Amino acid sequence: MTDVREAQFVGRTTDGRTVRRPLSPHLQIYKPQITSALSIFHRVTGCALSAGTLLLVWWLVAAATSDHAFASVSAVVHTWVGHLVLFGWTAALWYHFCAGIRHLVWDAGYGFELPQVHASGRLVLIATAVLTVLTWFVGLVIV
Amino acid sequence: MAEFTLPKNSKVQKGKTFPATGAANAKTFSIYRWDPDTGENPRMDHFEIDLDKCGPMVLDALVKIKNEVDTTLTFRRSCREGICGSCAMNIDGTNTLACLKPIADVKGDIRINPLPHMPVVKDLVPDLSHAYAQYRSIEPWLQSDTPAPPDGERRQSKEERAKMDGMWECILCFCCTTSCPSYWWNSDRYLGPATLLAAYRWIADSRDERTGERLDALQDPFKLYRCHTIMNCTQTCPKGLNPAKAIGEIKTLMLERQG
Repeated sequence: MTDVREAQFVGRTTDGRTVRRPLSPHLQIYKPQITSALSIFHRVTGCALSAGTLLLVWWLVAAATSDHAFASVSAVVHTWVGHLVLFGWTAALWYHFCAGIRHLVWDAGYGFELPQVHASGRLVLIATAVLTVLTWFVGLVIV
Repeated sequence: MAEFTLPKNSKVQKGKTFPATGAANAKTFSIYRWDPDTGENPRMDHFEIDLDKCGPMVLDALVKIKNEVDTTLTFRRSCREGICGSCAMNIDGTNTLACLKPIADVKGDIRINPLPHMPVVKDLVPDLSHAYAQYRSIEPWLQSDTPAPPDGERRQSKEERAKMDGMWECILCFCCTTSCPSYWWNSDRYLGPATLLAAYRWIADSRDERTGERLDALQDPFKLYRCHTIMNCTQTCPKGLNPAKAIGEIKTLMLERQG
């Protein structure tokens, strides 16, 4: 299907010949905004969670299969790379969870004023850091 | 669809430099140029301007360059006081009106580009006809079956009138619409923040009797719901309006009428 915007890319030279108009720069020049950065991060963490959940399923399937299978998966998880991936997964989970609540509040019709938007964005980042550290503290020290 | 890089004919090349000789207080303005007659790619030209002989706003510098340095520099401008919306462009990485943007707000060189992700007519002039057509599609006028009272205008209470504050002030500069990544990728079908703000202006108008039909027209996976509450629109509006909130109100009404 032809894009309806295609027609706007046909321009004219001074003597009437057609010429292909350029597309003005966008991502290349737009200054990073806290608004769009948190938004794209919500999507990125969502994708990361999908991939990370497959790893979790792998772990669970191994646990259901045999001691031997569980031990071999555990060996991978308990390397420093495994811990790093797991740490990233918990951080992504908490970010996606907190930012998801922020979106629910917007969908309920609240928190649209700019100072509120900036405050809730900061709150999500702080909550993500605190909850992630807390998760690992509970996981490694207490349990 | 999302295409993150520029097409081959749109990649920006290095351009010319116009030095300000003998200026004590010079500042460089790097400006996007594209001329349909040359057949070349767009380029960035660098103009050094003596701020001691220039007005305070970015638009003053553009006018000075056009008057004194390069008469072919092309941009839209009219009122020079933020009410016509003509001089909307991307200054220092965000969309705003050149006439309301003080030069002193930007540290270092000032980079000026056309409104993002739009077809360029020439230099800083984007083709807005698609955005205007989208605006037209929401039928931005009062529609009512009840005739106006014979003795005068249609009345509103103060509360009813107050609902339209923050919406009637929109000057359709499309700074918000062209700051929205979702509009960049989906503008073939997504209406964008400026048009949706205008749609809500008529939905919220107590005198308008087409609220149901107006909501029906927006009940579509793309027209309204490509808004993902990114909030770049509200962040960039040079008039301090809140298109994201207006879109949120429309979404709430959509839910409410489903019961």
